[in-house]
Amino acid sequence: MASCFASAKIINFGSQIRSNDRIPLDSQLGFSKVSILRSANEQWIPHGLYSNGSKPLMCRSGVSSIKCVSEVVKEKKAKSGSPASNLLITKKEGLEVYEDMVLGRTFEDMCAQMYYRGKMFGFVHLYNGQEAVSTGFIKLLRNEDCVVSTYRDHVHALSKGVSARAVMSELFGKTTGCCRGQGGSMHMFSKECNLLGGFAFIGEGIPVATGAAFTMKYKREVLNENCDDVTVAFFGDGTCNNGQFFECLNMAALWKLPIIFVVENNLWAIGMSHLRATSVPEIWKKGPAFGMPGIHVDGMDVLKVREVAKEAIGRARRGEGPTLVECETYRFRGHSLADPDELRDRAEKDKYAARDPITALKKYILENNLASEAELEAKDSKIEEVVEDAVEFANASPVPSREQLLQNVFVDPKGFGIGPDGKYRCEDPKFTEGTAQV
Amino acid sequence: MSRILLRGASHGAASASIARRYLPSFWSLQNLTRSYSSSGKEITVREALNTALDEEMAADPKVFIMGEEVGEYQGAYKISKGLLDKYGPERVIDTPITEAGFAGIGVGAAYRGLRPVIEFMTFNFSMQAIDHIINSAAKSNYMSAGQLTVPIVFRGPNGAAAGVGAQHSQCYAAWYASCPGLKVLTPYSSEDTRGLLKAAIRDPDPVVFLENELLYGESFPVSDEVLDSNFVLPIGKAKIERQGKDVTITAYSKMVGYALKAAEILAKEGISAEVINLRSIRPLDTASINASVRKTNRLITVEEGFPQHGVGAEISASIVEESFEYLDAPVERIAGADIPMPYAANLERLAVPQIEDIVRAAKRVCYRAVPYAAAA
Repeated sequence: MASCFASAKIINFGSQIRSNDRIPLDSQLGFSKVSILRSANEQWIPHGLYSNGSKPLMCRSGVSSIKCVSEVVKEKKAKSGSPASNLLITKKEGLEVYEDMVLGRTFEDMCAQMYYRGKMFGFVHLYNGQEAVSTGFIKLLRNEDCVVSTYRDHVHALSKGVSARAVMSELFGKTTGCCRGQGGSMHMFSKECNLLGGFAFIGEGIPVATGAAFTMKYKREVLNENCDDVTVAFFGDGTCNNGQFFECLNMAALWKLPIIFVVENNLWAIGMSHLRATSVPEIWKKGPAFGMPGIHVDGMDVLKVREVAKEAIGRARRGEGPTLVECETYRFRGHSLADPDELRDRAEKDKYAARDPITALKKYILENNLASEAELEAKDSKIEEVVEDAVEFANASPVPSREQLLQNVFVDPKGFGIGPDGKYRCEDPKFTEGTAQV
Repeated sequence: MSRILLRGASHGAASASIARRYLPSFWSLQNLTRSYSSSGKEITVREALNTALDEEMAADPKVFIMGEEVGEYQGAYKISKGLLDKYGPERVIDTPITEAGFAGIGVGAAYRGLRPVIEFMTFNFSMQAIDHIINSAAKSNYMSAGQLTVPIVFRGPNGAAAGVGAQHSQCYAAWYASCPGLKVLTPYSSEDTRGLLKAAIRDPDPVVFLENELLYGESFPVSDEVLDSNFVLPIGKAKIERQGKDVTITAYSKMVGYALKAAEILAKEGISAEVINLRSIRPLDTASINASVRKTNRLITVEEGFPQHGVGAEISASIVEESFEYLDAPVERIAGADIPMPYAANLERLAVPQIEDIVRAAKRVCYRAVPYAAAA
């Protein structure tokens, strides 16, 4: 553990960006402006950041595991008279965001309960603590935009619009699940909501997301369709050392694909600390190396994430190319429900627990009189009901039937080949009853 | 044993009549497939690939080609020659050297409805992308319960070339064919190549299309119907290249040519060999192989890849399961040597099956008294 503390010194930034620190740079990377942060020990480190005139963004790039300070941003927007215009979020948006995060949290807590009761099995990776990243990005997307995730995908699925019932049934392995019980916790897919998975291999989703973004560009250029959909790829800090990540940063920037690479840096890859695994722990720095902006944002604050997401998504939609966003976040539970979580420091966990994104948002909403305590509590109980209903639905749903075993392997069922009678196997009536020999 | 000797005796007369029947339709010893009227035209496998890609790209704007050197270099083996000029860089895409990356990009594009044709310079390089071929392409239709289909084709040369060493010579048919959710095709002639590539591009499932570099330059006669732009061959059906009644030889890709030559030699010695061009390794046309074995009662499987867990092992097990009583001799597997491919030319020749090996094996299954060659 000592090594983690030692390296923190180099990257311990102190100050907030002030407008007089901003120095314009040529925009060859698509930046409008670049801010220079002065660090505690006088090192000038360039940040690739967005800022558009009057709205400087608050970013910290401390990846230390010792101390992090949460600072709520109060942006001064262009005056429009009413006091609400100073806020980052309207009441409606605030409640929507709050509800989504509470749904994520409550759902994951229920998953843990169900797992220990034996209703769920295999590998289950929970998202507690990281809700701000999922909600912050996905709630700004349209239905046609695509999201690609990893094995920690329950909350991404919920934010993208897959119903809690469908996700819970899938986890229980029932046929009413979003993938009819054939995918499981790590493989959530939804064509309707454009959730392209759900991948167990880290880094696997990144090229797939890049391909989805490639399609959007192809549709515009070759098929001449109006398509300004974007793709968001979520992955973790461990993935950022994987080859596929760098391959896709290169190609996305090379071909200016409409994709946002969102790193959920929760500092731990199972038991491997990010600082022990990475030569240059600032992941946002790897963006400019490939020709795209790299941003670091406090991933425990949904409002900050939203602001960054708006810029990145807008950039991609306008055809200006990809962005790499590193969200500093934390998972309150272990890597999976099988992980005893012994390596992480109690102090570190407590520090991040104090920065719980849901509590922070609630505080912001109440302090700025966006909604009353009662309204928020009503949301809480509504979500509890939704999650309990999902569990009941999943419990009551049937398990997959025997015929389902051989279905969906191929789209073209002739893919099972020729049977001993010389005809295609799929034409054998026993095949669909699940009793044929294959 | 007497039964076999008797058969040998009667073979002389029988094989002569068979030879007479086949003789008029042979043009040369090389062109052994003749089952349709020929237009007199011959095309190389390279031309077959090029025209098939061209026609499919013209027919469907969602088809695009992606790979290393496919564009400006006109294809590492000149397969995609002329396509960049015709379709532009948005549809014929040169990639950096990032197999995992661009294979995954192809899968993502396929999820979204495009029809990518991903070229690997050789299938040895596909090992860098094998996670995407298996995990995100082959398994996705199943994991998503049919929501996400992957109409992608992974193509490229497979197997041994000439003197390219161990890392460029492996045959991947067995590896990919063991994975459910993939279709694996291995064309031999130009007709196979055209029909199967078109079928693969039109197919809604992921297809691994294993070509052979040494066949690219070989010409095969093609009929007018093969040259038609809607010519497709069914996936999962093998072709009987040569009828016979004494022994069945199954082969795929380059080994079909060797098997046909071996059949010629065997015919002179009175053994009538039936040669089956598998065409499709997954799904394997076990029905045709079984029907043939029930006729001939003997089976030899020929492949270029490593012997353990190979295609021949699968065919052998399948025949034992379904046609055990019909076998008059154990199934013989002919495969490459169980070693990484050596570089020296003479060693390389020893590491790959040759025509004499097939002939010897056929004689072994027909006359059991001949001792086996030394096992590896």
